[in-house]
Amino acid sequence: MKSGTLSTLLSRGAIWGFIVLELIFFTVAGEFFSLSEKAFMDVDNMLLLFKQSAPIGIIAMGMTIIMVNGNIDLSVGAIYALCAIVLLDSMTWPMFAGLGDMVIPVSWALALIVGVALGALNGFIVWKTGVDAFIVTLGSMLGYRGLVFMYNGEQPTSHLNWTLVDFAEAQFLGLHTPTWFLLVVTVVIWFIMNKTVHGRNAYAIGDNRTAAVNAGIRVGPHMMINFMIIGFLAALSAVVFYSESGSVNPNDGELYELWVITAVVLGGTKLTGGAGSIISTFGGVLAIQLLRKGLSHIGADTETVNLVIGLILIAVLFLDRQLNIKGKEELKV
Amino acid sequence: MAGLTKHDLGQILARQGILIAFVVFMIGFSIANSRFIDPDNIMGVIRSSAILGVMALGVTFVVISGNLDLSVGSMMSFSTIVVLDLHDKIGPFMAIPTMFIMTMALGAFIGFLVAYLKLNSLIVTLGMLSAIHGLTLTYSGGKNMDIADKEGTWFKVFGQGDAMGIPIPILIFVVLAAVLGLLLAKTPFGRSVYAVGGNGVAATFSGLRRPRVVFMCYIISSFCVATAGLLQASRSLGSQNTVGQGLELEVLAAVILGGASLLGGSGTVFKTVIGVLILGFIQNGLLLVGLQFYVQYVVTWVIIILAVWLDIAAKRGKLWSPIA
Repeated sequence: MKSGTLSTLLSRGAIWGFIVLELIFFTVAGEFFSLSEKAFMDVDNMLLLFKQSAPIGIIAMGMTIIMVNGNIDLSVGAIYALCAIVLLDSMTWPMFAGLGDMVIPVSWALALIVGVALGALNGFIVWKTGVDAFIVTLGSMLGYRGLVFMYNGEQPTSHLNWTLVDFAEAQFLGLHTPTWFLLVVTVVIWFIMNKTVHGRNAYAIGDNRTAAVNAGIRVGPHMMINFMIIGFLAALSAVVFYSESGSVNPNDGELYELWVITAVVLGGTKLTGGAGSIISTFGGVLAIQLLRKGLSHIGADTETVNLVIGLILIAVLFLDRQLNIKGKEELKV
Repeated sequence: MAGLTKHDLGQILARQGILIAFVVFMIGFSIANSRFIDPDNIMGVIRSSAILGVMALGVTFVVISGNLDLSVGSMMSFSTIVVLDLHDKIGPFMAIPTMFIMTMALGAFIGFLVAYLKLNSLIVTLGMLSAIHGLTLTYSGGKNMDIADKEGTWFKVFGQGDAMGIPIPILIFVVLAAVLGLLLAKTPFGRSVYAVGGNGVAATFSGLRRPRVVFMCYIISSFCVATAGLLQASRSLGSQNTVGQGLELEVLAAVILGGASLLGGSGTVFKTVIGVLILGFIQNGLLLVGLQFYVQYVVTWVIIILAVWLDIAAKRGKLWSPIA
């Protein structure tokens, strides 16, 4: 069993080891290649890193639950864009004109409700039709994007509310507002996954669906709730980001699903379901953002980031398989 | 009609549902706008579907073998950029085969990872989507690629030429579909693709070399992508780095519409062609009725889910899922 424990430890700690490696590499390489005077490990730089991780990171927490469940959600980018439009547009609706700054919580609530509803629709279709989540969300990725365009044509939707911008740019105990949202979401989802019945059911269903059904878990509603959670988080991510930027293009959020899935897989969550940890996903999110920041810090072209992340993803998959083979030698066919 | 029970009717609907939907759409759009049925319009739709269609042919093989290929979009950008760049450097005669070799080398790399190292194809091709996009940008330096002498080159024949009144892209699409359709339906290799996708373990025990079959599927897919890149480059004679972005999911939508199961083991080239044409005609029909291009996204969404739902409902004999 010793090698088994070792491989578990290795795969659990791998993402943090990778982050440390990245930090060392970019700090050292930064000394030689960087054009800026500042060190890579500068405090402001690191705070910014957390802040920039927030949009992807918040969604990645939801994606971890979905993937532990053995499903996948490709529509998060479109949900993100649609909720951003609802947020910004609803602040200008005449019926809310008398509210003053009280319009902010109303708009937030509207955007979040829309996110939950879109997620619920995905989950309901998966539950009731039995169509694979990959196909359902591939379809709704197109469909929701269509709704985004139908809302305001190809025009960007803009509305800046300065109270909101102040709130989104504020720092509390040194951390930016988006960072706080990311941390709170991480803690809450960690709690759900590790300390509640819902979380245990998620692992059980992903590990062995038939067994979970036989154990009396209602798989359909359970999956629908998870899709509502990820819809909520995609909306929350949009709410946090667009409170600050104040303008949304109909193409925004495209390819977010790929970034999010990359972060979750880097964190060691299995596509087949049943395994995955929120803390490791958090590590995966940081690792990606570090890579993006680091490469630009040492003056590499932004295009290299795609190349490097793609290859790292494949390398992680390969290493992970090697580790698992060692652990499951006796199960080999 | 006496012999047809409700059950039989359901079976027919499910089996040929996609063809029936296709016919209903064609009739509906024809009534809504008489220009829809115009031969010029139909030719135009097929012509603009050709690039997507050529890519979908290759992905059909990959999907039937039980894998996915999400990298075809960025791979198509890569081949388009490469062939346009090499056109001016070493001439079209050399540029085309060089581009095919480079693209198929990428396909071989993916095939190696998925077939021989047995890595999950979704993640591998997701990684390659990103990696090849980076490769393209590094190759071009992020700049748009253009051919210097756009009037004088014969290179444009693939995308813009005619032969006996039929546009060349359509000819290439049809010929490739026929060849690959025969390969899949009538040869031992084609049967082994179904076997590997349907039940990989059984296929291995029956003496099929599963890795080699999967590897060949990715080679075929990358060959199709290279052809699509050639058509795209020759049609526009200049291109952005992101020309194929997002196409991978449209391609997959077409293949799924054609009834291929993502679990592998089912699907045909003919049905994929129907899937591609449905997407093309829906887009065209909605535009002719006066709707914006993005309405097709919503319509495609509904159609994909209905198509797959009816397909699996027919297989399990119940409309609603048995999931509790």
